[in-house]
Amino acid sequence: MIKIFKRKNKTQETEPVSVFDKLKTGLRSTRKVLTTPLSDLLLGKKTIDQDLLDEIETYLLTADVGVSVTEALIQKLTKQLKAKQLNDEAVLLNSVRSYLESLLKDVEKPLHIPAQQKPFVILTVGVNGSGKTTTIGKMIKVLQNEGKTVLLAAGDTFRAAAIDQLKVWGERNNVPVVAQQPGSDSASVIYDAFNSAKARGVDVLIADTAGRLHTQSHLMEELKKIKKVLTKIDESAPHEVMLVIDATLGQNSLQQAKQFHEAVGVTGIALTKLDGTAKGGIIFAIAKELGIPIRFIGVGEKVDDLRVFNASDFVKALFE
Amino acid sequence: MFASLSERFDGIVKNLTGRGRLTEENIKETLRAIRIALLEADVALPVVKSFIQRVQEKALGEKVLNSLTPGQELTKIVKDELTLILGEATAELTLSKMPPTVILVAGLQGAGKTTTVVKLARFLKEQGKKKVLVTSTDIYRPAAIEQLATLAKQTEIEYFPSSTNQDPLSIAQHAIQEARKLSCDIVIIDTAGRLHVDNEMMQEIKKLHAGVQPTETLFVVDSMTGQDAVHTANAFNDALPLTGVVLTKTDGDARGGAALSVWETIHKPIKFIGTGEKIDQFEIFHPERIATRILGMGDIVSLVEDVHQKIDQKKAEKVAKKLKSGKRFDLEDFLEQLEQMNHMGGISSIISKLPGLGSVPKALKEQVNDKMFLKMKAIIQSMTIKERRFPDLIKGSRKRRIAMGSGTEVQEVNRLLKQFDRMQKMMKKLKKGGMMNAMRQLQGSLPPGGDFNLPF
Ligand SMILES: Nc1nc2c(ncn2[C@@H]2O[C@H](COP(=O)(O)OP(=O)(O)OP(=O)(O)O)[C@@H](O)[C@H]2O)c(=O)[nH]1
Ligand SMILES: Nc1nc2c(ncn2[C@@H]2O[C@H](COP(=O)(O)OP(=O)(O)O)[C@@H](O)[C@H]2O)c(=O)[nH]1
Ligand SMILES: [Mg+2]
Ligand SMILES: [Mg+2]
Repeated sequence: MIKIFKRKNKTQETEPVSVFDKLKTGLRSTRKVLTTPLSDLLLGKKTIDQDLLDEIETYLLTADVGVSVTEALIQKLTKQLKAKQLNDEAVLLNSVRSYLESLLKDVEKPLHIPAQQKPFVILTVGVNGSGKTTTIGKMIKVLQNEGKTVLLAAGDTFRAAAIDQLKVWGERNNVPVVAQQPGSDSASVIYDAFNSAKARGVDVLIADTAGRLHTQSHLMEELKKIKKVLTKIDESAPHEVMLVIDATLGQNSLQQAKQFHEAVGVTGIALTKLDGTAKGGIIFAIAKELGIPIRFIGVGEKVDDLRVFNASDFVKALFE
Repeated sequence: MFASLSERFDGIVKNLTGRGRLTEENIKETLRAIRIALLEADVALPVVKSFIQRVQEKALGEKVLNSLTPGQELTKIVKDELTLILGEATAELTLSKMPPTVILVAGLQGAGKTTTVVKLARFLKEQGKKKVLVTSTDIYRPAAIEQLATLAKQTEIEYFPSSTNQDPLSIAQHAIQEARKLSCDIVIIDTAGRLHVDNEMMQEIKKLHAGVQPTETLFVVDSMTGQDAVHTANAFNDALPLTGVVLTKTDGDARGGAALSVWETIHKPIKFIGTGEKIDQFEIFHPERIATRILGMGDIVSLVEDVHQKIDQKKAEKVAKKLKSGKRFDLEDFLEQLEQMNHMGGISSIISKLPGLGSVPKALKEQVNDKMFLKMKAIIQSMTIKERRFPDLIKGSRKRRIAMGSGTEVQEVNRLLKQFDRMQKMMKKLKKGGMMNAMRQLQGSLPPGGDFNLPF
């Protein structure tokens, strides 16, 4: 396996790899051991028949694509098969790819931060352990590379040592962190940070929040409150509500996206942990149902392991 | 967890029980519905396939086809198979004959390992009266060590300090030495989250395992995990001789497919489940009860145990005594009952364990949520003590004041008073009073599918 991690030297830079390469490496390692890539599945097939479509169905289901999107695609293929439009495996593969890509094309919208919006406020939300704090750490680097200054708000006042965790990311990137005591009111920490960001004239404020399950209504209320106090300072804030989704999770992520969206109006998604064998197929259903822009994908734990989302790379990496 | 899956099964089963006889066609249709329900619940595809095949073989047998109650026969087959998949019996934790028993906890990033280490330590301390020491070998994730240190301190558990410049194996070995010195019964070792495809990190944990020879090696899995559960469970099981699984974050609405997949995949029992972020939200896993729960028959046994463990017996007795002596059940008592509910993980946790939950319409279930309880609490807390004792006093202007004070509407205050009235009537009927009876009463008062109002 190609080594993705140099865990012992966390700060050491790795040679630049493209998103696609990195995704592919992750996915390739899977395949060798666990699954056959779709292209291999199709290779050397003489007949394209229902059995082959069944295999495609299996392939998509095991990638967490889910019953509804998979069935829609298989129905489309079945129709094409009956109309004798699927002459060879290349046409078939193309049909699969273009369908999946079409679902993601509309949500391929990188995060754009207008220069006149200062400070631009990003509120990160998501279920427990999805990768919010780490994604924040990685986003700092992306923003700094664009020449932006950043301030962090330690809004996770609940989980043990969550504030310390964010502070480490702040130190690593030379970025100040506004924090209060553990157990203090999250909305008030973020409110203070916003004021401080204005006073210091920083470009971007990123607020961390405690992980919460979307079913915990009182915790969802807390997020609404955070949003509300931000608007007190600036009507248009937060400018981005970023939902962080763990690619290892399955169909529940659609529920998460729906509930977080309903509560606080999600404007962007980051899909994390794509460096493993999970393929994050649920993102298709999320795109189809909610049309929320996908901003980034996470491909590791290091500061450089964040990539701008690209639809065709994502679909390609799924199949090649 | 499991709620929506059980809702689905409920529908499927109902569809069957209504029919006199089953044809092969009916059964196929049912199996297809079950297949989709399982896939949408994130049950791993290979597991779904073999499950469906086994049910099909049994279902197409003479017994079901000729039975007068084929729906019930099929339900039984499905339930038996589900139980089988979840592992047959409750699996106990093994303790070493030569203390300290070493427990190693492993899993992916963010699965819930650190929380589980402390939950398990607390569990063993409280339920097993053991002296437990915990330590962290997560030298990678920022502030991971501090996280464990903080939780251990809050929970009053022996903690062996470590730092990021130390070697994981050496940390663990020193912790075990320390445990001997302090004559601890158990040492639990937290590890860094790692991907099963990260060779270097998998080597590290193998070395750690070989070095400390744990009696229990627990694999921690997020209950929301998708199809990847099979890959990760297999890889960790190949790398380490796992002795059990802990399923976390079951307090959400995940349909729990990971639970169904794990046993089938690696044949290692789920020993515990995490039911919340708080350290006491941790339970022994009972496969047979869960299978029943999935099939919408409720998990009354767990509920009753919950009532026993979490209800403050003294307070419950106080209310009971009060009622027996002919005193009225007032809003103060009502508030106390609400608090008790909260102790049991809130109403959603209680409802999820009640039988027939599959047939409670979703909209209604959502209406009866914990938010509503917070509101009720706020309303009562905005009343004066006198008003709580004599609710009849609460009229127009008082209602408006209470609504203002609790940030609610007058209608909501009215609703609460009405609910209280109903509760009071019910309490009068109860001879002994207290939660247990109320629960039983509640059980009987849920009409299947219909409009229901909780009598409290
Ligand atoms: N392999 C991998 N691990 C990741 C990625 N993103 C985050 N993680 C790891 O996942 C774990 C959880 O990440 P956190 O950033 O702490 O997640 P969180 O959402 O802030 O967690 P809570 O605040 O506890 O809810 C950590 O061990 C991270 O290092 C990723 O893209 N790939
Ligand atoms: N809701 C809920 N959250 C949990 C549960 N167990 C752990 N968590 C949360 O999940 C996140 C990750 O847990 P942690 O123990 O740090 O995971 P680790 O990275 O595997 O050590 C934290 O926010 C925990 O509070 C659970 O059973 N329910
Ligand atoms: Mg965090
Ligand atoms: Mg940890």
